[in-house]
Amino acid sequence: MDALILARMQFAANITFHILFPTISIGLGWILLFFRWRWLSLRHGDAAAAQGWLDAYRFWTKVFALSFALGVVSGITMSFQFGTNWPGFMERVGDIAGPLLGYEVLTAFFLEAGFLGIMLFGHGKVSEKVHLMSTFFVAFGTSLSAFWILALNSWMQTPAGHEIVDGTFRVKSWFDVIFNPSFPYRFSHMLLASALTCAFLLVGLSAWQVLRNVAQRSAPRVMRVGLTLAAVLIPLQIFVGDLHGLNTLQHQPAKIAAMEGVWDTERGAPLLLFAVPDADKRMNHFEIKVPKLASLILTHEADGEIKGLNSFGDAHPPPLPLFFAFRIMVGMGLLMLATSWLGWWLLRRTRWQPAALPRALLWLFAGMTFSGWVATVAGWYVTEIGRQPFIVYGLIRTADVVSKVPSAMIGLTLVLYLLLYAALIAAYVSVLKYMAEKPEEVLQMDAAEQAATPAGAMTSPVVPGAST
Amino acid sequence: MNVMSFDAALPVIFMALMGVSMLIYVISDGYDLGVGMLMHRATDAEKDVMVASIGPFWDANETWLVLGVGILLVAFPKAHGLVLGELYLPVTLMLVGLTLRGVAFDFRVKAKDTHKQTWDRLFFAGSTLAAVSQGWMLGRYVSGFGSGWNYPLFAGAIAMALPMAYVMMGAAWLVMKTEGELQRRAVSWARIAWAPMVGGMVLISMATPWVSATVRERWFSLPEIIALMAIPLMTGVSLFAVRAVLKTRHVLGPLCWLPFVLLILVFVLGFLGLAYSIYPYVVLDQLTLWQAASSPAALKVILFGTCISVPAIAAYTVFSYRVFRGKTGELKYA
Repeated sequence: MDALILARMQFAANITFHILFPTISIGLGWILLFFRWRWLSLRHGDAAAAQGWLDAYRFWTKVFALSFALGVVSGITMSFQFGTNWPGFMERVGDIAGPLLGYEVLTAFFLEAGFLGIMLFGHGKVSEKVHLMSTFFVAFGTSLSAFWILALNSWMQTPAGHEIVDGTFRVKSWFDVIFNPSFPYRFSHMLLASALTCAFLLVGLSAWQVLRNVAQRSAPRVMRVGLTLAAVLIPLQIFVGDLHGLNTLQHQPAKIAAMEGVWDTERGAPLLLFAVPDADKRMNHFEIKVPKLASLILTHEADGEIKGLNSFGDAHPPPLPLFFAFRIMVGMGLLMLATSWLGWWLLRRTRWQPAALPRALLWLFAGMTFSGWVATVAGWYVTEIGRQPFIVYGLIRTADVVSKVPSAMIGLTLVLYLLLYAALIAAYVSVLKYMAEKPEEVLQMDAAEQAATPAGAMTSPVVPGAST
Repeated sequence: MNVMSFDAALPVIFMALMGVSMLIYVISDGYDLGVGMLMHRATDAEKDVMVASIGPFWDANETWLVLGVGILLVAFPKAHGLVLGELYLPVTLMLVGLTLRGVAFDFRVKAKDTHKQTWDRLFFAGSTLAAVSQGWMLGRYVSGFGSGWNYPLFAGAIAMALPMAYVMMGAAWLVMKTEGELQRRAVSWARIAWAPMVGGMVLISMATPWVSATVRERWFSLPEIIALMAIPLMTGVSLFAVRAVLKTRHVLGPLCWLPFVLLILVFVLGFLGLAYSIYPYVVLDQLTLWQAASSPAALKVILFGTCISVPAIAAYTVFSYRVFRGKTGELKYA
């Protein structure tokens, strides 16, 4: 295989692995803040409820710590791979990408990493207010991080605010660079994806706990939060996703053509429920279609025109992966909609006692623990593979910036990364399952760790209840 | 001396920022990688204390590496491609090491007891792999990626010496942050690591001018050499002071912080020596700061953010170290 495809595969492997963990930590940071606030507001009143929220906070803080650690280590890998895999990228667009990445590290990454220590080990060592603020800074830092990264990614999809001088990109307006045409849609789509991923993680793990009859104090509360969040956000996500699609049609019509498997420009294009696009024969096999629906969805007119792949010469992405990744994402979204609405309604009928839910439903919840990952990764594949053959859409081809490292070397390290990542994902999932089954041990461990970490500045009396 | 224009000074400012980030990284991740490399010598209970002593800090420590490489990427894109292209394999191995180490941190306390040993081994292996790779990279970088039989030998020597320095830092950290039996053992670990570390440093100081003519001219010409002697002299004094302190019983009491602080001084001096050897190159004999730098416009934008955020980063780093100051307790499972 040639160096370009290997370098792309290696970068894809790393970025796929990486995005799994920020997707969890972006949303979970805010959810932890909510748990924390519920505990603070109830601790002088309803003691049992307060303890449930505290248990939830401490258990999910451990999940956060684990996810954050995996995000950090894979993020470090990425900061190196920009240079090792795409040396030409920074040389050409360094003036734009450099400051955006720099601001991400300076404003967001340090904020998260700096306050994480206090958030994880500082409860009872600093005042409640300082600890709450630390939790807030960590949550805010993860979202700010997403802001800068999504700004750069969106600029690569829909570049704006720059001029090209002797082949090098110069900034004309930072506002236009950051708030480029696709940024608002991609940023909100990703934040919602993160929140939904967390919502289903909350629902799934607490369903598993209910099935195993553990964590009776916290699991019902966590499941209610997760289901409510999912039920509220999934329609919003579908709405934002639709807007994002319309934006893509306007700025990157080739991506839409590949997603929909449209070869020739046509009016009243059908929606293909299934097909196997064939890039060599430039046609689809095994089509199952609904007439005019694609035009209706994309242009909001039954006879709207959709440009076909053939009108872009060779400057279009490969349709096969896009076609399927898009359907996996949408399918997962619809499954999430059905599950969360049905689940919320049934849970409400049990007066929020998940133990009374049908076991089949609990199994469904548990089975969907990582459904957010599937949808998010599929969505990213649509948008990233959909940008090909360009690295900066319409302006720089990926092949022109690839590294000159021998392909055998890239292949060797690719295998190394794939083995490592597969092992780590397996370890992560099995440790989460183990933690969910043994929440008492996790809480004990947490208390022991808190006690062992140097006490230092005690700015308030130790919180009653926090050390039990 | 001519006064440099602001635009021409920008790459120098960024080189300094990058150097300082890397220095902070080497010191801060140095001690926690060192602690990792000492893990296999400790009992199970001691392992828990050792990990707890670095637990609140390691995430932030690694962030300095991201900043350092980030500055290389955004301020000196041409050097980033060149350096990381040359160091492709050791970079990958370092990243694998850092990944294993970082996740073992969290997995070891959350996994089943039967798996804990495996994660502890990975913690040790990851720390060692990362430290050795970094040593090799430093060796290749300092010698300007030269080819010839003596260059790999030189890089190999640094690949051995840097982990020793990290072990020394790790032991000094434990002397400062722990008490009782573990603290006594940390003192003896530090005393064992002292000789190989110093030997490595002497060897490297002698070998660097040998492999690089540029460095040789820099250091061994009059009258510079007289002023420059301060660096090796102070380093020597600090190192002997570390050894002397380790032999007193005060190191277990009120002077427990002294070896760590003296070692930081050694690292800072070593960094100054290195900076003097290399400046104004980003890649020795190949690429100067100005050849590799991004446009002044981009650098100004980043500098603006740096001036605001670096003091804030310093403030909350100090705050975090203050919150977690004092001795690490034993992990007791209720």
